[in-house]
Amino acid sequence: MKILIKNGHVVDPANKIDDTRDILIDNEKVSQVAKAIDIKADKVIDAKDKIVMPGLIDMHVHLREPGREDEETVFSGTKAALKGGITSALAMPNTNPIIDSAEHVKLLKTIIDKTSQANVYIAGAITIGELGKELTDLNALKKDEVIAITDDGSSVDDEQIMLAALKNAKKNNLLVICHCEDKTLSNNGVANAGYISTILGLRGISKEAEFKRIERDIELAAKADAPIHITHVSCQESVEIIAKAKKKGIKVTADVTPHHFALDEEALVTYDTNLKMNPPLRTKQDVKALKEALKNGTIDCIASDHAPHSKPEKEVEFDSASFGTTGLETSLAVAITELIQTKILNWSQLVEKMSHAPAEILGIDRGTLSVGKDADIVIIDPNKEWLVKEEDFLSQSHNSAFLGKKLKGVVEYTILNGKIVYTRK
Amino acid sequence: MSENKAAWIKKDLLGLYELSPNEITLILDTADSFKEISTREIKKVPALRGKTVVNLFYEPSTRTRVSFEVAAKRLSADVINIAAQESSVKKGETIIDTGTNIQALKADIIVIRHNSSGAAALLARHIDISVVNAGDGWHEHPTQALLDIFTLREKLGKIKGLNVVIVGDISHSRVARSNIWGLTKLGAKVTVCAPQILIPVDIEKTGARVCHDIDEALKSADAVNVLRMQFERDLKNAFPNQHEYFKKFGITKERLEKAKKGIVVMHPGPLNRGIEISSEVADGANSVILEQVTNGIAVRMAVLFLVSQGKEKP
Repeated sequence: MKILIKNGHVVDPANKIDDTRDILIDNEKVSQVAKAIDIKADKVIDAKDKIVMPGLIDMHVHLREPGREDEETVFSGTKAALKGGITSALAMPNTNPIIDSAEHVKLLKTIIDKTSQANVYIAGAITIGELGKELTDLNALKKDEVIAITDDGSSVDDEQIMLAALKNAKKNNLLVICHCEDKTLSNNGVANAGYISTILGLRGISKEAEFKRIERDIELAAKADAPIHITHVSCQESVEIIAKAKKKGIKVTADVTPHHFALDEEALVTYDTNLKMNPPLRTKQDVKALKEALKNGTIDCIASDHAPHSKPEKEVEFDSASFGTTGLETSLAVAITELIQTKILNWSQLVEKMSHAPAEILGIDRGTLSVGKDADIVIIDPNKEWLVKEEDFLSQSHNSAFLGKKLKGVVEYTILNGKIVYTRK
Repeated sequence: MSENKAAWIKKDLLGLYELSPNEITLILDTADSFKEISTREIKKVPALRGKTVVNLFYEPSTRTRVSFEVAAKRLSADVINIAAQESSVKKGETIIDTGTNIQALKADIIVIRHNSSGAAALLARHIDISVVNAGDGWHEHPTQALLDIFTLREKLGKIKGLNVVIVGDISHSRVARSNIWGLTKLGAKVTVCAPQILIPVDIEKTGARVCHDIDEALKSADAVNVLRMQFERDLKNAFPNQHEYFKKFGITKERLEKAKKGIVVMHPGPLNRGIEISSEVADGANSVILEQVTNGIAVRMAVLFLVSQGKEKP
């Protein structure tokens, strides 16, 4: 099957392309990328005025299956991903059961093989049950193709165990992804500790809870000489610590979520629980620092932390509501609206943050439009404005922090493995 | 009634943060005109006749609940009291479901007290009938602040330019927050006084001044609002015991002697005599504590009356 994409603005930072090009897809692979391709194809897509980029890679996604199929499944989640231009996702392990053993990995793998609509990679847990007490058998997990480990949702409190995990992960060539939070400091808080939490009467989560743990984890990673990835960085102090570590040559990478660089704590005044996240939305100053960090490379990539929640878990008192927002279907548009429109990033940098860098960090052979590679390609209309509405979501859950917001940028086509798997209606 | 009557449009009273100075003044003026009713032989006006007011209290309360009940009955409304712990809330029924069910009974106003900040707003968003916040977590207790301000206005003739000190566990106090908004919007200067650990972060950004020394704070104060040290709430007590608190922050006759003559002493009740306030002061000439209770009726009558006229949803 040959697909020809003509006249698009092709952005492929891995190959230093940011220009008008035609792309020929043949038999699932990228066959040619050139100024003008004149070959007969089964399908021709006119991509004039559109941006053509490698499929996005989201390295922090909660697909909720197995265990919470009421909130999301691998099927519904990957369908939502494709709509958002995301062709590969890293599934977080805090499902039920937790992906902390070869048996559980196999269980998830079977579900993925049977129902997934996109590429789904598996992250295993660092500790059994994510309880922070006993290390998982990394050797066994690695054999079953886990590509990273994380206790996301929690942090490993015990330094010795975390150090052992890092050493073991290094041995097994597995990336350790850290959700950095010292729960004794975050203290059951529900919003950023500051003016807004004070006037709303909400228990605050101090920034210390995050940056002190980041400091610790980076130190341990340096000790173990193991690469470490800090996920959902939310504040200025954390950015500064990561920047310092990178300067020292420590192998640390980091991601930020779209909601953290688009929204700040002031959005909470209506007690809208869709804005309740962990880490929480911070101050305008932090938002500025996160955007700057994306620009200067301190933060390597963007990951959604797609956290679907059922209505009963969100339509309750703020204190009791679950943490998290969905993100697969809004990530790209939020990034375009907040980073491209504002000229903080150019297209090459954006694609780097949302496709190429995640691929490099995870060590997967994707995120490029290199000839001979799997044709995972997204074609977007960068100028189309749209209103975020509940009824348009493909995700099973509709708890989006961006409901009612106007965003710019829509996916027109998503191509996976050389096949068109999503077309905008 | 004053000309401003047409200016109240909201269906709910959720807090003082979102009210304009004019709206607050309107409530106080309306309360003025209702105050007289409680001095009559027959303490009733038909303003809310045929209307149903439901007191939905998730936290124990006698004072506030009875006050709302008396206020509603003096307006001729029918009153239903739901103590949530004795209702199907125990079976796990959500706030929204409870609210929509009460709405389905064709009640007109729900007065809600809940231990979670934002509970009143959650309820108000999901139902069309009026919601009055009788205290939500640490967030706001608007009618308490309104009656505090009403009492001050009555005693001192104005609010603008007054120096008001609020002393106690500010960090967990909805009374403090509502008072800060109401007082600053009407032009008073507010000082919050407590040990550092009981002062919430960034409270100065509201316009309130922070002070850790009660004697210092009282020096130029026209009024002091003494908060109850709330032992049934989750506390980070800065003091080894209550007597230490009394020594450092308790409002005593000796302390008042160094303050302005005629300083007004307020307390939302119930009193912890000998902990935040001495019996002498509570029962003494500076205290307006019982007047606050009387004024609470007029203020709540005004609030119930006004929201029953309002249509604007949050």
